[in-house]
Amino acid sequence: MIQITFRNKKFEVKDNITARDALKKIGIDPESVLITVNRKLVTDDVVLRQGDEVKLVAVVSGGSNQ
Amino acid sequence: MRCRKCNSSAVINMRHHKLALCGEHYGEWFVDSTQRAIEKYKMFDRDARILVAVSGGKDSLALWDVLTRLGYTSDGLYIGLGIQGDIAYSDQSLARIREFQEKVVPAATLHVVDIQETYGKTIPQIARENTRGHGKPCAACGLTKRYVMNRLAAERGYTVLATGHNLDDEAAVLMQNTLHWQTGYLARQAPVLEASDGLARKVKPFCRFYERETATYALVRGIDYVYDECPHAVGNLTNFYKTLLNQLENESPGAKLQFYIQFLKARAEGFFQAPADKTELHACEVCGQPTTAPGRCAFCRMWNITSAQSAVISADAIPVRGQDEFDDVEARVAESVDVSGL
Repeated sequence: MIQITFRNKKFEVKDNITARDALKKIGIDPESVLITVNRKLVTDDVVLRQGDEVKLVAVVSGGSNQ
Repeated sequence: MRCRKCNSSAVINMRHHKLALCGEHYGEWFVDSTQRAIEKYKMFDRDARILVAVSGGKDSLALWDVLTRLGYTSDGLYIGLGIQGDIAYSDQSLARIREFQEKVVPAATLHVVDIQETYGKTIPQIARENTRGHGKPCAACGLTKRYVMNRLAAERGYTVLATGHNLDDEAAVLMQNTLHWQTGYLARQAPVLEASDGLARKVKPFCRFYERETATYALVRGIDYVYDECPHAVGNLTNFYKTLLNQLENESPGAKLQFYIQFLKARAEGFFQAPADKTELHACEVCGQPTTAPGRCAFCRMWNITSAQSAVISADAIPVRGQDEFDDVEARVAESVDVSGL
């Protein structure tokens, strides 16, 4: 299993699937996040392997002062 | 996926451009694309004095970074709104901006206007006491920011006010205005708003970048921005429309870009003309800023600023502080993403 962290929440998905498929499985819009695997930015076609540290960064942030 | 230029691992795949790039080549592409937008929309030239509105978020800090890399002269403006929530939002924002400025643009001036210090209340406080926005601070916040940005830019002699609005911001506003056929707003939505009647010239150099593109640039460049949303932005209409547009983008890559670009094209062809009976602007009887109705402007009415208090908000009294005069701020450190390996 792969653990995905997003905004202090943790999700688990089966390994050996693409990041894009993993996002679909946990109901997160791929357009709304950036994906980091083992602390590196990656594209959503990357296949997630057992032991990968997967963290999502929300694309939307801020909302004030512009 | 591999970088089109060097075949190393890509950090972003821009399906709407059919272009995947590594961190190094993406950074170059992003800076070059910004310069192309500046030239395409005739935003400013090399002699311009640019004031960048910075919030501590990815877009505005990325904008200040890119303008600096392109060799433009720019200063920053931060407006302390007094919005904290449970994440010390405003304090955290100022801390991020201060760190960025010291590291990236140490020679620039950072203007800080603290709203509570200047007008006596924070944005959440004034919003609770005012009918504008019906209890939500966003309307009071927007009015206050526009006022302060415009006034400071004009009174400090800046040629242009630059904001970090990205394509998702613009497309969401466009969708909202289109669904309500707000023709007046549609006529005024553009990458450049020319100076007029005491209003500063405003530009949006990132208006063609997807929000994920500005976020990627910030991460690739190691910009430590505020990851959190404004506590009051959760559930707002702009985010609602962004979500809808992202659903469309998933099914049809490029939909957001086409929606905005084709709108600009139609606008340039005259499909959205400002009303012939252009509203005449008057000078506010208290602060002198332009307003549509005679008497006090909306800002002075909301903050209940009367002529007797006018000296308090005169330009010289706005607490504008240079980089050496910051207060130390305790800030919660957002979890950062290490992209050093890119």
